[in-house]
Amino acid sequence: MTTVAEVPAGFADKVLSAQSTFRSVMDAMARPGSVQRITVPVGTPDEMMSGTAAIALTLFDHDTPIWLDAAMSAAPVIAKWLKFHTSAPVVADSSIASFALAGDPRNLPPLDRFAFGSNEYPDRSATLILQAESLTQGPAFEMKGPGVDGTAVLQAMLQPRDLFLRLTINEALFPRGIDVVLVHDNSIVAIPRTTRLVASGA
Amino acid sequence: MNAPAYNFAYLDEQTKRMIRRAILKAIAIPGYQVPFASREMPMPYGWGTGGVQVTAAILGPQDVLKVIDQGSDDTTNAISIRKFFGKTAGVATTTSTADATVIQTRHRIPEAPLHAGQVLVYQVPIPEPLRFLEPRETETRRMHALGEYGLMHVKLYEDIARFGHIATSYAYPVKVNARYVMDPSPTPKFDNPKMDKCPALQLFGAGREKRIYAIPPHTHVVSLDFEDHPFTRYRFDAPCALCGAGNSYLDEIVTDDKGGRMFVCSDTDYCEARQMAGHRGSESAAPHEESAHG
Repeated sequence: MTTVAEVPAGFADKVLSAQSTFRSVMDAMARPGSVQRITVPVGTPDEMMSGTAAIALTLFDHDTPIWLDAAMSAAPVIAKWLKFHTSAPVVADSSIASFALAGDPRNLPPLDRFAFGSNEYPDRSATLILQAESLTQGPAFEMKGPGVDGTAVLQAMLQPRDLFLRLTINEALFPRGIDVVLVHDNSIVAIPRTTRLVASGA
Repeated sequence: MNAPAYNFAYLDEQTKRMIRRAILKAIAIPGYQVPFASREMPMPYGWGTGGVQVTAAILGPQDVLKVIDQGSDDTTNAISIRKFFGKTAGVATTTSTADATVIQTRHRIPEAPLHAGQVLVYQVPIPEPLRFLEPRETETRRMHALGEYGLMHVKLYEDIARFGHIATSYAYPVKVNARYVMDPSPTPKFDNPKMDKCPALQLFGAGREKRIYAIPPHTHVVSLDFEDHPFTRYRFDAPCALCGAGNSYLDEIVTDDKGGRMFVCSDTDYCEARQMAGHRGSESAAPHEESAHG
């Protein structure tokens, strides 16, 4: 039997921690490619990065169906923790999820398994939260788009390796599309659907 | 009972989450109006309930808030909203554009250039730029989906046919990131160029109409026009009577019933800062010198 004491604590200060986390996510989304930090402490299951947990506590609730990848589902404590703190329904059908959490994005399903929204309501689309190996080291990705002054360069170890190739679907689909938030520990980078890859190298 | 009467920044957390999710999608789809479950606020519709909800959802204890109404920090609407957040969130408030981190505005963009790290929150009465041309939401939604904005160009053309120039002087439609036509809220068209590639994040909230939309920083915002009738700014051809500024947006103030009038900066902070710096207009009195007691 599980008792409440076994569930990691979440935010110590729900209101102000959620506000601080949201501002980091908002800044990330408004400035694609820039690395933002989530500075508030958060009690999280060991199997989940603290940034992912903080975003979950900030944005998830009973209105947002959540899809978990195999790595996230493998640890039952994660679903339990999400349910306890956010009341968000965890769904098996990725196409109805508002948010998708991928602990090991190497096995990320094709993007068309997620909601793109409709041309009339492009906001009814999924936001993918992908945990990354690094957001400071690795191949360089040069990108442009709204929120970027000229071009922005992100150095990151990303999974899946062809993430940006897959995201080119956003260009053809716009205004439909998929928005991505990359997480490593307490660092986050957002790649909204308007961001385009200019060049990538080593 | 010791519990505080209100949550931080008035709104409950579930409402804030809903608004925050809408803001993120709005930023991801620049210029698209995201529907949201607008709440009743302790002020009437038309007083900025949309802007207030957006501000409440983003505001934190470290923020410094400025609120302007038609450029002025000192009008009823601006003062009451500033006090509202001073009371419910305990945030610092300012009238200085440069010092503010969040600026809520009704119908103006400050004269002083905005910088990265600032958020400009607009109060919007009618978010749909096509609404007066096509009253059906189903139709305007389809027009946005298809990027079909011919009707708006017809409207601007009819202005030219009737008046010889585009007579639309406020709420002048813009195209955001070469995709969505957007209502910049009823700002004077003088302010439109300030939206283009602005380093600050711009968020728009319409409370009664239940829409949130956004312009990310450094985003192309183009005022609609024609090759032979390009977009032009408009300002009264006069310097500010108080600070002498020749490039600011001016309000016309009627001073008597014999046709007397003066033109003053609509942006009070800009005007006061210039007067502090020693700039004088034709109507400004000599600086008041206080004598110390004793």
